[in-house]
Amino acid sequence: MKTIYLDNNATTQVAEEVLDAMLPYFRDLYGNPSSMHTFGGQVGRKIREAREQAAALIGAGPEEIIFTSCGTESDNAAIRSALAAHPDKRHVLTSRVEHPAVKSLCNHLSRQGYRITELPVDKDGILDMTQYERALTPDTAVVSLMWANNETGVLFPVEKAAELAKERGILFHTDAVQAVGKIPINMKATSIDMLSISGHKLHAPKGIGIFYVRKGTRFSPFLIGGHQENGRRGGTENTPGIIGLGKACELAARNMDTENRMVPRLRDKLEAEILTRIPNSRVNGTRLYRLPNTTNISFGFIEGEAILLLMDDYGICASSGSACTSGSLQPSHVLRAMGVPFTMAHGSIRFSFSIYNTEDEVDFVIEKLPPIIERLRSMSPYWNAGDQVCSVQ
Amino acid sequence: MWEYTEKVKEHFLNPRNVGEVENPDGVAEVGSIACGDALKLSFKLDENKRIKDIKFKTFGCASAIATSSALTEMVKGMTLEEAMKVTNQDIAAYLGGLPQEKMHCSVMGKQAMEKAIEHYRGGPPTEPAAQIICECFGVTEREIEQAVKENNLSTVEEVTNYTKAGGGCGGCHDAIRQIIERVRAETAPAARPKLSNIQKIKMIEEIIDLEIRPSLKKDGGDIELVDVIGNRVLVATRGTCATCKAADITLKHFVELKLRDFVSPELVIEEVTP
Repeated sequence: MKTIYLDNNATTQVAEEVLDAMLPYFRDLYGNPSSMHTFGGQVGRKIREAREQAAALIGAGPEEIIFTSCGTESDNAAIRSALAAHPDKRHVLTSRVEHPAVKSLCNHLSRQGYRITELPVDKDGILDMTQYERALTPDTAVVSLMWANNETGVLFPVEKAAELAKERGILFHTDAVQAVGKIPINMKATSIDMLSISGHKLHAPKGIGIFYVRKGTRFSPFLIGGHQENGRRGGTENTPGIIGLGKACELAARNMDTENRMVPRLRDKLEAEILTRIPNSRVNGTRLYRLPNTTNISFGFIEGEAILLLMDDYGICASSGSACTSGSLQPSHVLRAMGVPFTMAHGSIRFSFSIYNTEDEVDFVIEKLPPIIERLRSMSPYWNAGDQVCSVQ
Repeated sequence: MWEYTEKVKEHFLNPRNVGEVENPDGVAEVGSIACGDALKLSFKLDENKRIKDIKFKTFGCASAIATSSALTEMVKGMTLEEAMKVTNQDIAAYLGGLPQEKMHCSVMGKQAMEKAIEHYRGGPPTEPAAQIICECFGVTEREIEQAVKENNLSTVEEVTNYTKAGGGCGGCHDAIRQIIERVRAETAPAARPKLSNIQKIKMIEEIIDLEIRPSLKKDGGDIELVDVIGNRVLVATRGTCATCKAADITLKHFVELKLRDFVSPELVIEEVTP
């Protein structure tokens, strides 16, 4: 069975070119970049190249790129570094819809005595900037707001938010794991101090990430050890990972145009067809400020895990914000923060595309999904097929 | 991804008895859309009062649909007394097991069956005095008690897996912990290890020495252990006890209770005259 992979916000396939770039550094060129000999030294040169490729994708300087193990490490490093740089400040400003990498860390910090403000979002997933501005206080050590939401794709105006933080001398971090590689980013034109990137979200392998720190930002390392990464992140370099991520960044820069023309066309086609063909379905999150590759659609009166498993039978891969898939008993915190009604939240499905998806795949999903939804609704006690309204409110 | 058995997958992909029975004898609806799963059950009896037809409609995940389907297959042909006895463990076992986090689906099946039978018998659909413990998922004290009893649960996490209680805000965790302690104390009074005869005699002697004799001596009385035969504790009274008219009461209400508390609840005191 062919796999139709529409779960690219969860992870992406490693690009062929990326794998090719990495392979020699597993087998033949296994040297340590810190070594004095040529054998190791040549790997060091390759890492410099990767750093330049990564910097180029986001308009940064190579010295502002720190390679880490994943997006979560970068998020932890950023927030903890900011707190260490301002030991007198005890307030962290974030939002209700952050990824667990930031959300759980903030919960942890609140137990250690920090004051955490989680800004709400409206029903479209949009942040209220007036409220944001009011929440910036002299006690605020750092702001951490995601650039793009992993579940809905909704974009936060982080550049504007960073300006406002800068005016008040507050450090600004953004979890840009879903944004980098999908939308153009130019750090030279922003006031963002710190930014997190995850390799496997942009066709590099898992186990590699980037922590961008603006030059001149007060910094305290998260992993203390050797002199690697200029003493800002100890630990022998994941050389194949770094080289792969460098290549992936180069590809992302090259494919940015395709990503922003072809990918949204596929996404929009799927979205429009689903909304037309399937009654009681709706898109979660604004469609105005959104990643080009993501759509989050709710189907009323049925449950997401059941939808996923029936799609799985056809090889279609997607995600759900339902309780049953989250491992907890409540639907996704993002949908709850947006006030999506329970009748809809449990039946939410996220489709996320990449440049490797095709129109045939979209057509296949458009053909298979409506009968799946109908089948589950015919089993649901809340669904009245006749009048297509729910029997409970 | 959940590790579902082949049987769960099979019942999910090909559910049996979906729908609603026409002119049903009993119906019930449990769960709610807010909770993430709900089950509507309806059945009809034949002339021998056995379940002739039973159908379900389920809102929920794959295991909720599979357990509903399994339940209807299991109870078809049963009398209501037999159907009442089907436990959530039976439903899970029928499916070759369920992930721990999904056990609440089997509990939902069991509850729907009970409620539908209650409905047929004309009983109150829900207890009026049912106290809600978990506000997030509307789980009552009785439901938690039953799950703890039937599945021998010992932690809040297990209770959440089986009933969903405590899976939301977490504000009821203390209340759940108390229910677990209470139910376990009630259902496991014989939790003490089984005593050998020698151990039993030694413990009885010890309790008499430490807990009983000092009290009796205050009144100038005393007691002597003569023998222990099975659970019969043979004692002789001494001092003022030997002549006291209330000695019987002392033995039954003081000595026996002490020994039952500290040694074994089956012990019976008998007075012997040397």
